[in-house]
Amino acid sequence: MLVIVAEPVILSPIVTLATVADQTSGARLVAPPNFNPASPTVDQVAVEERVAALAKRSLKKASKVAGLKLAISMMDLTTLEGKDTAGKVRAMCQKALYPLGSDPSLPQVAAVCVYPNWVRLAKQCLAGSNIKVASVATAFPSGQSPLPIKLDDVRRAVEFGADEIDMVIDRGAMLSGQYGKVFDEIAAVKEACGAAHLKVILETGELGSYDVVRKASEIGIAAGGDFIKTSTGKVVPAATPAVTLVMLQAIADHYRATGRKVGMKPAGGIRTAKQALHYLVIVKETLGDAWLTPDLFRFGASTLLNDVLMQLQKEKTGNYQSSEDFSKD
Amino acid sequence: MATKTITKSIPRAARVAAPAPLPAVRLTVNKAYKMYVGGAFVRSESGRYLQVTASSSGGADPAIVNVPRGSRKDVRDAVLVAKNASEGWAARTPFNKSQILYRLAEMMESRRSELVTSLLRGGTAAAEREVDASIDRVVFYAGFADKFHALVASSNPVAGPHFGFSVPEPMGVVCVIAPARPSLLGLVSTVLPLIASGNTCVAVCGMDDPRTPLLWCEQLATSDLPGGVVNVLSGHASELAPIMARHREVMAMDVWGVDKALAAEVEQLGTDNVKRVKVHGPQADWYDERKAQGLGFIERFLETKTIWHPVGI
Repeated sequence: MLVIVAEPVILSPIVTLATVADQTSGARLVAPPNFNPASPTVDQVAVEERVAALAKRSLKKASKVAGLKLAISMMDLTTLEGKDTAGKVRAMCQKALYPLGSDPSLPQVAAVCVYPNWVRLAKQCLAGSNIKVASVATAFPSGQSPLPIKLDDVRRAVEFGADEIDMVIDRGAMLSGQYGKVFDEIAAVKEACGAAHLKVILETGELGSYDVVRKASEIGIAAGGDFIKTSTGKVVPAATPAVTLVMLQAIADHYRATGRKVGMKPAGGIRTAKQALHYLVIVKETLGDAWLTPDLFRFGASTLLNDVLMQLQKEKTGNYQSSEDFSKD
Repeated sequence: MATKTITKSIPRAARVAAPAPLPAVRLTVNKAYKMYVGGAFVRSESGRYLQVTASSSGGADPAIVNVPRGSRKDVRDAVLVAKNASEGWAARTPFNKSQILYRLAEMMESRRSELVTSLLRGGTAAAEREVDASIDRVVFYAGFADKFHALVASSNPVAGPHFGFSVPEPMGVVCVIAPARPSLLGLVSTVLPLIASGNTCVAVCGMDDPRTPLLWCEQLATSDLPGGVVNVLSGHASELAPIMARHREVMAMDVWGVDKALAAEVEQLGTDNVKRVKVHGPQADWYDERKAQGLGFIERFLETKTIWHPVGI
């Protein structure tokens, strides 16, 4: 028997919004939608069965090659480590421009994703190309800092030249039912981004259930996120096909209701070409071909690219490849 | 009250004594032979099987037994886990490798009778001889694992103010096509020297009697050998060897007892990544300790690293 437990309704206090408006000079006072009864519950078994069924689809030969090339063009090549150096960022940018030196027919990746300190360097390395520079911000990866610091973080990253901002939501607020606070922070960050695109990281590995993921997705979308993203890559589990499907369904429902297209970025734990193709199948079956573009779908990836390159070379030569033959990021 | 009513309503015929118990019959419990990949026992990804004859000297198997017929994908999976296991296994100290291999001999000794019963040919005496020789061979390479370095390494006289050292290193993933016979001793004799030096391997067991090699994998699994160091597939060498030869992650191949056409194909395909391919004719006598074991078997799949070290400045 389904038991629906009513959650405490915590409306966002207008006071908070006013504070945000003061801090961000010009944020619109938009009352957030009431998320409490609005979000549909997610059928866990059905979602997991659905993605498992989609994983069984077999892509071979020409369609596999096309899928893998599409996957490269959708990649946010990422390095987010405390040990990042200028050399590492330069090498990664080189790989973003020329994924495989021996095969100029391969597409470039969509973006590189770095910490704010490396945005300027990445911009220099990628000057003249169409590759975007994404920067994480808002006290990544925990998001446990005061809002003014988060907004400052965002503004600086944009000032350094970031085209896209990957923000983290306050999972503590999300889990304790302070949906208004989560909404307000995202709205304030969106305002601080200016022209830069905003990706909202839900960190689904910390949210506990698909119902919370669904709700967080709706908040991220309603507050103005251009993309919603599964994970920081610092928490296990990170992106899973099931959680991605739940988020895609939230995007689909929003599109049907408003006509606005929101993007999706699974990140963390996607390491093999086969997984990448599985995600593309899920996107196609949930949102259709319109979302199979780097403008609306991205992979957050650091090790995925090499495996995709290995599989593409295997299709080309007929031989399974050695990981030793591909540059380590 | 209700209970009483029900008891009374049971017909007399139903309350007669139960019939005499049937004679006790046990259901047969047959073993599903599986391949050994990454420390797990797996069926072929392809779902295919080969039928082989079971031992006539006893054991629980029926007369005809199914063993998996390994596929291209099985080779690929096995090479991947062997590659992933490679770094960790090579990094273990030679003494630790030695201990683990000796532990394998212990596991084989404690299940000696099971191996003897499982072996197909030659009657019990011959089977006992093969199992004993196999266990002794494991002990031999267990002992050699921390000693061969001293025999193949060298300090080289060089014309300059340097020391020159040459030290052996494992190659990485080595694939083995094991001799068809003797099925257990042949596999043990070809796999043990590879792993004693720190390589990891994917072996296709001899298919004259593949059950005993697959049974041996259960002893590998309980021997402290990390998963993925030894992977054993069953299937047709003619199908699997070319796939191994083309795979660029495979550094070398040790091929026993295949026909000339297949040998030539493997050697040719192996050129793609300059694979070290060793093709052997039939070994005269796997029981001959002077010819069927020794440093040569280890040395065949080693790389040599030479280091120049300045001196006198």
